[in-house]
Amino acid sequence: MKLSPSRWRDTVVGILIPIGAVAGALLAGVLILVLAGVNPVKAYGPLLIGPFANLYGIAQTITKATPLLLVGLGICIGFRGGVINIGGEGQIVAGALFTTWVGLQLRSLPGIVLIPLLLLTGFIGGALWGAVPGILKARLNASEILSTIMMNLIAAQGVSFLLRGPMIDPAEIAYGTGFPQSEALTEWAWLPRVIPRTTVHLGAIIALVMAVLVYVFLWRTTIGYRVRAVGYSKDASRYAGINVARYAVLAMLLSGGLAGLAGAVEVMGIHHRLLDGVSAGYGFTGIVAGLFGKLHPIGVIPASFLFGALLVGADKMQRAVGVSPGIVYALQGLVVLFVVSSDLWVRRRSARRVEGGGEELVND
Amino acid sequence: MATARPGIITSLEMCGIVKRFPGVLANDGVDFDVRAGEVHALLGENGAGKSTLMKILYGLYQPDAGEILLNGRPLNIASPAQAIRLGIGMIHQHFMLIPPLTVAENVIIGLPSSRRIFVDTDRAARRISELADAYGLQVDPRAFVWQLAVGEQQRVEIIKALYRGADLLILDEPTAVLTPQEVDELFATLRQMKQNGHALIFITHKLHEVMAISDRVTVLRDGRVVGRVATQDTDEAALARMMVGRDVIRTWEKPAITPGQVLLSVEDLEAQSDKGTPALKRVSLEVREGEIVGIAGVSGNGQRELAEAITGLRPVTGGRVIIADRDVTNCSPAEVLAAGLSFIPEGRMTMGVIKEFSVWENAILETHAQPPLARGMFLDFKRIADHTRRLIGDYEVKTPSQETPVKNLSGGNIQKLILARELSRAPKVLVAAQPTRGVDVGATEYIHRRLIEQRSQGTATLLISEDLDEIMALSDRIAVMYEGQIMGVVRGDEASPEQLGLLMAGVRS
Repeated sequence: MKLSPSRWRDTVVGILIPIGAVAGALLAGVLILVLAGVNPVKAYGPLLIGPFANLYGIAQTITKATPLLLVGLGICIGFRGGVINIGGEGQIVAGALFTTWVGLQLRSLPGIVLIPLLLLTGFIGGALWGAVPGILKARLNASEILSTIMMNLIAAQGVSFLLRGPMIDPAEIAYGTGFPQSEALTEWAWLPRVIPRTTVHLGAIIALVMAVLVYVFLWRTTIGYRVRAVGYSKDASRYAGINVARYAVLAMLLSGGLAGLAGAVEVMGIHHRLLDGVSAGYGFTGIVAGLFGKLHPIGVIPASFLFGALLVGADKMQRAVGVSPGIVYALQGLVVLFVVSSDLWVRRRSARRVEGGGEELVND
Repeated sequence: MATARPGIITSLEMCGIVKRFPGVLANDGVDFDVRAGEVHALLGENGAGKSTLMKILYGLYQPDAGEILLNGRPLNIASPAQAIRLGIGMIHQHFMLIPPLTVAENVIIGLPSSRRIFVDTDRAARRISELADAYGLQVDPRAFVWQLAVGEQQRVEIIKALYRGADLLILDEPTAVLTPQEVDELFATLRQMKQNGHALIFITHKLHEVMAISDRVTVLRDGRVVGRVATQDTDEAALARMMVGRDVIRTWEKPAITPGQVLLSVEDLEAQSDKGTPALKRVSLEVREGEIVGIAGVSGNGQRELAEAITGLRPVTGGRVIIADRDVTNCSPAEVLAAGLSFIPEGRMTMGVIKEFSVWENAILETHAQPPLARGMFLDFKRIADHTRRLIGDYEVKTPSQETPVKNLSGGNIQKLILARELSRAPKVLVAAQPTRGVDVGATEYIHRRLIEQRSQGTATLLISEDLDEIMALSDRIAVMYEGQIMGVVRGDEASPEQLGLLMAGVRS
């Protein structure tokens, strides 16, 4: 469908403003680095250039961007469906858990069957984890912000327990090291590398494919139409005959599922087993990537790339100048703060333009 | 902090008040005055300018012209805080109380405390009890507001005003949410306050209240004063005539049609309002094929709830709704739509469209999942574009493109889009609630023409409108709603504004 002139302008503005905001945030970050006793120039080098300097840097960026993209796509569906899903962390973990467990049961299946099956399992795990808060919201009007956060804790602690008990790698027990990780999955379950001699695995392609599917789902199907309608206006949707509760649950299901898929992809592509911290903050950073990308797959792809780069660059920066890793989060936080504020500012300005006149004349 | 100071305001006059809003002249040279020790009623339909005038007095709006004289001295009331300082208090139609706090906490909210940074609820409670005794208002300062009945909450609002030194009290439609007993209690309170020397302004559209409690009454219509009398010198009929009297009635060329079978039947319908009070009290009516039945009445008398009960958006607690011989009582909106009903809702921006969606996305709101607009799970964009183009062409919807978000369209064009969408489904029954509210003259005329066309095509239309002109111009029969009941049904060509006005204000013929 063609974009009208007003939408074009909004889109261009929508891209320039976040870029400007990121620049602003990095500028502000200079202050933090100086306070930390770090030479900003020496620090920003690895931070800004590192992730793109060579094939290795780019590969690392892509690898980190992959789960961010998947979670971000889930956020697109969730938020556009009117559900604020903060449960990415738990859903990733649930997906990783399901994938690992099923993978360990089905050791002898060939890769061509096993890989799609395990990916689906991860999706289902995340979807179930997201469905619980979804149903609670639909039936009891329970805040999904609270319930998804609580589910995060349950998942993290649950997996922590499993990794130290029932699911611990027998090898760890045999060697007496007791490291909390599961047994490794068979090589059939590993996602093949797509760029040789790098960590970039099939998950990156899968994530891009999912981006296309999410776009088609939300904008080209009747179900996606309903999800978006419910997200914008429950009243109008109800009147139009849409079952609001059902679509809120569906939005949570799909949102969780995509995060679960991210967990599966991390297990199958990177770690090849279940570990503590498999979610590594992607559940939260993915939300930021989703919002940054204006809740549209076209935007989430570069947004997740950006945040992947930030993670990689921060790592390189830490190695180069030895700052504490906390600085990474501080910079990330600054980026979020600047982008969100700029977005709010833009919205306020356009709202004032549209509603120029009086809404006061409705009453007497 | 002061307590009630009756007698500070001996007289208040508003002279030549003019207030303009974009597209509307709300007050057109209004004169109004009130004296200490009297209840002066301000009467008029919705949109007559009563609330605007009082909001000017309370400092919420500034007049474009005219002046306000307090005890003969002209002054400028710049804000509610200043109004309160001058001794003017307002009891709003929608209470401004905080339910989780106690009565005492609500009364003293925002006021400086006698104990610096510590809240002094004990002292407040004592003062409140004194006031309560002086005015016969039963209130427990330590009760939580959420525990109180509506009538009691209103008493808290009154005490709040008195506590802040109100001498002149403005009451905006105070009985809208009260039971008959609570109304009696309120009136007793008002009489006591009158005796104590307060000046009271009572905004209402209910004639029997005007006759019951006021000393003088000023009638507003279309922003102008059309009459001011001493209550004892007038009666309800005369007031009704003043309230709704029209000079010219615009009529539409309506082809004579013999109505066919009954397509919409509402039998003894009962439903609750959002507040839990009865909104529909055994409402019964019929609409036939090729007929427009207008529901007249001041907004807030159950019209919205009636529309919602019929369309499946509000639970029905008694009675039935039947569309073309199908009982659709308490069916979901989807089922009611499938039974052949189309609905133009009152809340255009909240229920009629999804304002962030584009024109084409709104055009297919109810039909998006049906062929030919969808093929299985996928939307057929070409068919949708054709469909939308047809709709916006046929119904003259002015929009830059089909992709334009609907919120960028003018109210009139949004309404035409909604009309297009609803009528294109060839409904058997059309429920249209306030279809031209906030819509420009051109679009209004267009919508009226379309409604009459639908009538010719055999649609049974239920037209709910606060605009009496519209009702009288379009309806074959007019039913008047008041406090959740049908007061009477008159034939469109026989109805007079006075007759309707009486019914609208609660007087059964």
